Amino acid sequence: MTTATLPTRRDEAWRYADMDGVARLGVAALDVWKEITLAPGETRRHAMVVGSAAPELHRIRLTIGEGARAELFVTNAGGDYTRVEVEVRLAKGAHFEFGGVTIGGAGVTREFVTQVIHAEPEATSNQTIRAVHWGGATGNFLGEIKVARHAQKTDAAQDFKGLLLEAGASANAVPQLEIFADDVKCAHGATVGELDEAARFYMMARGVDPASAQRLLVQAFIGDAFVALEDEAERETLLDAALAALEGAKL
Amino acid sequence: MLEITNLHASVGDKPILKGLTLSVPAGEIHAIMGPNGAGKSTLSNVLGGKPGYEVTAGSVTFRGEDLLALDPHERAAKGLFLGFQYPVEIPGVSNVQFLREALNSQRKARGEAPLSGGEFLKLAKDKAALLKMDMEMLKRQVNVGFSGGEKKRAEMVQMGILDPAFAVLDETDSGLDIDALRIVGAGINAIMRSPDKAVLLITHYQRLLDVVAPDKVSILAGGRIVETGGPELALRLEAEGYDSVMA
Repeated sequence: MTTATLPTRRDEAWRYADMDGVARLGVAALDVWKEITLAPGETRRHAMVVGSAAPELHRIRLTIGEGARAELFVTNAGGDYTRVEVEVRLAKGAHFEFGGVTIGGAGVTREFVTQVIHAEPEATSNQTIRAVHWGGATGNFLGEIKVARHAQKTDAAQDFKGLLLEAGASANAVPQLEIFADDVKCAHGATVGELDEAARFYMMARGVDPASAQRLLVQAFIGDAFVALEDEAERETLLDAALAALEGAKL
Repeated sequence: MLEITNLHASVGDKPILKGLTLSVPAGEIHAIMGPNGAGKSTLSNVLGGKPGYEVTAGSVTFRGEDLLALDPHERAAKGLFLGFQYPVEIPGVSNVQFLREALNSQRKARGEAPLSGGEFLKLAKDKAALLKMDMEMLKRQVNVGFSGGEKKRAEMVQMGILDPAFAVLDETDSGLDIDALRIVGAGINAIMRSPDKAVLLITHYQRLLDVVAPDKVSILAGGRIVETGGPELALRLEAEGYDSVMA
């Protein structure tokens, strides 16, 4: 089956998207889903850097078996529109861990769109998203959590923080919770702020130059998204890719 | 070493410093005392180059250079250290990472080679020991979860590592219990008491001056230095209060 037409902004899941970027992706790109199934008890981790000179769309469908654990960590950067969509279905006692960073300037739009379905009891999910933007760029997080009627003891958490380095940049967070069970924990938080000027002055007063102070503060900010990533080399790769995007910033 | 001449400074539209003149030569520990609202913290913030403090007249010369023309990080590289009254917490950045970056930025600005990780850790360990601070604390995030006293001790560890020529210490004694006060005072003496260094020690209380004996004491009131004397001036203030001494 092919999608007949491109989505529009009236479609809730695309309301903050870069529609020119979507058009450049083309209709065919919308049909490409990466399907991943974790067997019961299996643990799998994937770390990826998204972004190039062209627009990119990554659609991932994860089916996590009973007691299995899936971890996904993404640095969402590059020079054009980028969008990463993840659909997750959790069986009993399964866990989904997601850490994502959107970073960029020059008017780009970056998106994470997640849909986490707690289909059975006792599954847990944790999502940490950080967005750092400047130069009129936009970072979006659309996060949907669905808890089925019998999925008791669900524990789902979602945490979004945006850091805008300049006026004119923006961050949008759309948490969407649909809970049909009664014995569940669902936490979500979203904040957007500017660089901590007191911390920046403190660093400069100790001799750190302004660009390095900014890099250290951004590194600390986005570090939250990759705290759960145990492989140090992979964590470095994702952090370095994000900070490399910052190097190009003329602030 | 530091020459402040007829300094006027405002915060927003409000003039705080109104013609402050002060000279601190190398080898001197100079205490600044004064009532609340006199401009003590404004003086330290202006010397450090904090955004939001506007110098409207006067000059500050540090080791022969126009201090006010330099950015905060350039002032640090020239050898100026600002001890904060309220040290800032920086979540996600460790003390070790922060201070190594700071020291190597300063060394780079001075055309010196950076310290390696090993060299830096040895230096940090020595200075932490001087302030009786556990090295484990330096591996933690900058000032996060530190008590008031620990933050002030950490400031002095930073000063030890950065080894400045001139330190402006803004109420470094506030928030310290008696034991911590002795440790911090001994740290100031060990790090800064030297013929080629100097300190501007801003304080409310004699108790710090019992440990760090000042060579001179000045009273700052109404945005100006109104009186300068020897250590006995601080004792008189402690006994009689500002109103009677300044009358």
